[in-house]
Amino acid sequence: MSFTKRTAKPGFSVQNIGSALSQAVVLTVVLGIVYVLFTNTQENLALRGIESGFEFLDHEAGLPIGDSLIAYNPTRSYGYAFLVGILNTLFVSFLAVVFATILGVFVGIARVSHNWLLAKVAAIYVETLRNLPLLLTLFFIYSVVLAALPHPRAAIELVEGVYLSKRGFYLPRPMAEAGFSIFLTAALAALALGLGFWRWAVTYKMRTGRPMPGFWGGLGIFVILTGIAYLATGRPISSELPVYAGFNFKGGLAMKPEFASLLIGLVLYTAAYIGENVRSGIQSVQAGQIEAANALGVSNAVVTRKVLLPQALRVTIPATTNDYASLVKNSSLAVAIGYPDMVSIGGTIIGQNGQAVEIIGMWMAVYLTINLIISLGMNYLNARVLHVER
Amino acid sequence: MDDNTIIFQPAPARPAPSNRVGPRAWLRANLFGGWKDTVVTLILLAILALTLPGLVDWMFVRATFFGDADNCRQAGGACWPFIVDKFNVLMMGVYPQELGWRPAVCAIALIVLAALTYTNRVRGIVLIVAWAILPVFALFMIGGAFGMREVDQSLWGGLMLSIMLALVGVIVSIPLGVLLALGRYYGPPVVKSLCVAFIELLRGVPLITILFMASVMMPLFLPPDLVINNLLRIQIAMILFSAAYMAEVVRGGLQAIPAGQTEAALALGVSRARTIAFIVVPQALRHVLPPLVGRCIALFKDTSLVIIVGLLDFLGMIKNASLDTTWLGFQAEAYVFAAFVYWLICYSLSLYGRELERRGPSAQKR
Repeated sequence: MSFTKRTAKPGFSVQNIGSALSQAVVLTVVLGIVYVLFTNTQENLALRGIESGFEFLDHEAGLPIGDSLIAYNPTRSYGYAFLVGILNTLFVSFLAVVFATILGVFVGIARVSHNWLLAKVAAIYVETLRNLPLLLTLFFIYSVVLAALPHPRAAIELVEGVYLSKRGFYLPRPMAEAGFSIFLTAALAALALGLGFWRWAVTYKMRTGRPMPGFWGGLGIFVILTGIAYLATGRPISSELPVYAGFNFKGGLAMKPEFASLLIGLVLYTAAYIGENVRSGIQSVQAGQIEAANALGVSNAVVTRKVLLPQALRVTIPATTNDYASLVKNSSLAVAIGYPDMVSIGGTIIGQNGQAVEIIGMWMAVYLTINLIISLGMNYLNARVLHVER
Repeated sequence: MDDNTIIFQPAPARPAPSNRVGPRAWLRANLFGGWKDTVVTLILLAILALTLPGLVDWMFVRATFFGDADNCRQAGGACWPFIVDKFNVLMMGVYPQELGWRPAVCAIALIVLAALTYTNRVRGIVLIVAWAILPVFALFMIGGAFGMREVDQSLWGGLMLSIMLALVGVIVSIPLGVLLALGRYYGPPVVKSLCVAFIELLRGVPLITILFMASVMMPLFLPPDLVINNLLRIQIAMILFSAAYMAEVVRGGLQAIPAGQTEAALALGVSRARTIAFIVVPQALRHVLPPLVGRCIALFKDTSLVIIVGLLDFLGMIKNASLDTTWLGFQAEAYVFAAFVYWLICYSLSLYGRELERRGPSAQKR
C-alpha cells in the first residue's frame, strides 16, 4: 500500500519525531499496564497462598485419567498428566482431521451433483450442522445417540469383532506376531519400489510420449509384493477380538463413549465446513473450461486432475487450513463431555493447586504451536499443489 | 404475384419429445441419469425410508402434546409438555417469574429492530444508533433501573443470557475490531506489532481457554479490592475474542479499497485521519458486511461455551432441564428443541447475510 509507506526522506523531520514520540508513548503505556497486571498478580497470588512457577509439574498428580494413550497412573507427575492431555488432544484432532476431510470432500462433491436428491441431502446436512453450536451437537451425540445404544451384553455387532454399545465401541486389535519386523521391512521396500516405478513411468512418458500406467503399475507392484511378503513370513498380523466377559468387553481396541462422541461431533461439524470449501472451490472453476476440455476429447479423469483440481484447490486449501485450525481448537470442548484432553486435565490441575497462570500459559503455548505447524504444513501444500497464478 | 408461386409454409412445430419435458424427464435428468445416479438415488431413498417415518412417528404421531410425564411415558413418543413446562426457565433462567415482562419487552424490541433492519427501509445511521442503544436498554430493563426492582445478574440465564452475551459481544467488538484492523493496517510499527500480537494470540487459542482466563485468571490480574462479577468478566472475554476475529474480517475490507481513493483524498488535502474515517472505513465495512454477519452467527454459537465456566445460558438450561427428576428420560426432546431454536436464529442470520451479499458492493460489480 502506497498509503502506509510514506515517501518522506529518512532523517529528522517534524513528522518522524512526532511519530516516534507517539509510538514511544503507546509502548510505555502498554508496558505500564503489563507491569501493573504483573504486580497485581504477584500480590493476589501471595494473598491466596498460591505458589507460582513450574515446580508443580514434578509433583505427584493424584488425578485419575480415564483415557490415555501412554501408560498412566495417578502417582505420575502433573507434567506427565499434562502430556497425556496433549497427546489426547493431538490424537483426536488428527483422526478428526482425516475423517472430516474425507467426509467433507464427499459432501462438497455431493453439493454440486446433478443428482437432485443427493444435492438436497448434502445441502440439508451442511445447513443443519453449520447452524448449530458444536457443543449442542456433542451433547446430543453423547447423551442421546450413544446413550440409546444397547448395554454391552446386547451390543450391536456390525461385522465380526466390531461391537457398538453404550459403554463404547469395540474393534479388533491388530497384533504383531513373529516375523512382523521382516514383513514390515519387506512392505517398506515394496512401497519404495512402487514409488520408484511411478516416478520412472512419469519421466518415461515425458521423454517418449508413450503411455505408461505409472500410478496403477506402482500400486500393483506394492500390493503384489506386500501380499507375497505377508504370505512368505507366515501371516505375521493377527487380530485380538473383543470378548464380552462379566459386565463389559475385554480385549480388542476400546473406544470410550466420550472419545467417540467427540470424534464424531468434530468430524460431522468440520466436514460441513470443508464441504462448503470444496463446493466453492469447484464452483470457482468456470464451466467453460471443463466443456472445452471435454470438447477436445480429454477424458473425465484427466479433466478432473489437470483442469478442475488445480484451480479448485486454490480456493479450497486456504479456507480448509482455517477449518483445521478451528478443529484443533474445538477439540477443547472435550472438557464438556469429560474426555481427558489437554484443557480438561489442565482444568482439573487448576482446581487442585490454583496455578491458573501457568496452566493457561501452557495451553496457549501448545495451541499456538499446533496452529503454527498446521499453517506451515498447509502453506507448503499450497505451494506444491497450486499452479502459478498469472 | 403469379398463381403458381408456392409460398413456403413451415410445418407447425411438433411438441417436444415426451422424454424431454414433464415430470418423467425431470426424474430422468435429476435422479436417474445413468446407472450410477440411479444407484445413488435408490440408496438415499432407502436410507430416508428407514429413518424419516420413525422420526415423524416419534415427533408427531406418537408424541404427547398435552399432559404430564406419565402420559408421555405411556405414549412412548416425544414429550412436548416437558418443553412447555420448562419454557420460562429455558427462556429466562431463574429470573423472577413475575418480572418476566421486562425481558419480554426487550425481546419484542429486538425482533422489531431486526425486522426494520431486514426491510432496509430505515437509514443506516438510525439503525446503527438503535442497535447501539438496544443492549443498554436491555441491560436497564432486565437488570432494573429507573425505580424498577433490581435483579441480580446471577439470576440471569436461558436464551435471554445467550442473546445478551452475543448482542453485547457483537456490538462492542465491531468498533474494537475496526480499531485493531486500522492499527494493523495503517499503524506505525509499534502499534502494528501490538495489534498483530493481540489478534494472532486470541485467534490462535480456543475460546474456552480465554473463558477460563476470564473466570479464573482475571481476578488475579486486578487489584485485590476490585471485584468484577463473573458474568461481566466472561462478557469482556467474549468481546475481546470476537474483536480479534472482527479485526481480520475488517482488514479484508480495508484491502479491498483501491489505493487510488486514498491517494485522491490526500491529494485534495483531506487529512489522513479524515480519509480513513470517512472514506476508507465506511466502504470497507460495506464490503465485509456478509462475513461480519457470519462472525455474528459464530459468536452466537460460541456463547454456548459459557456453560463450561458456570453460567447457565440456553444450552445450560436445556442440560439442567433434562436432568430434572420429574421429567427424567426426555433428554432427546430438550436437545431437539434447543437445536430448533439455535438453528432458527442462526439460519435466519445466514439468510440475511446472503441477502446482504446480493445487495452489496461486490455483487454490483459482477
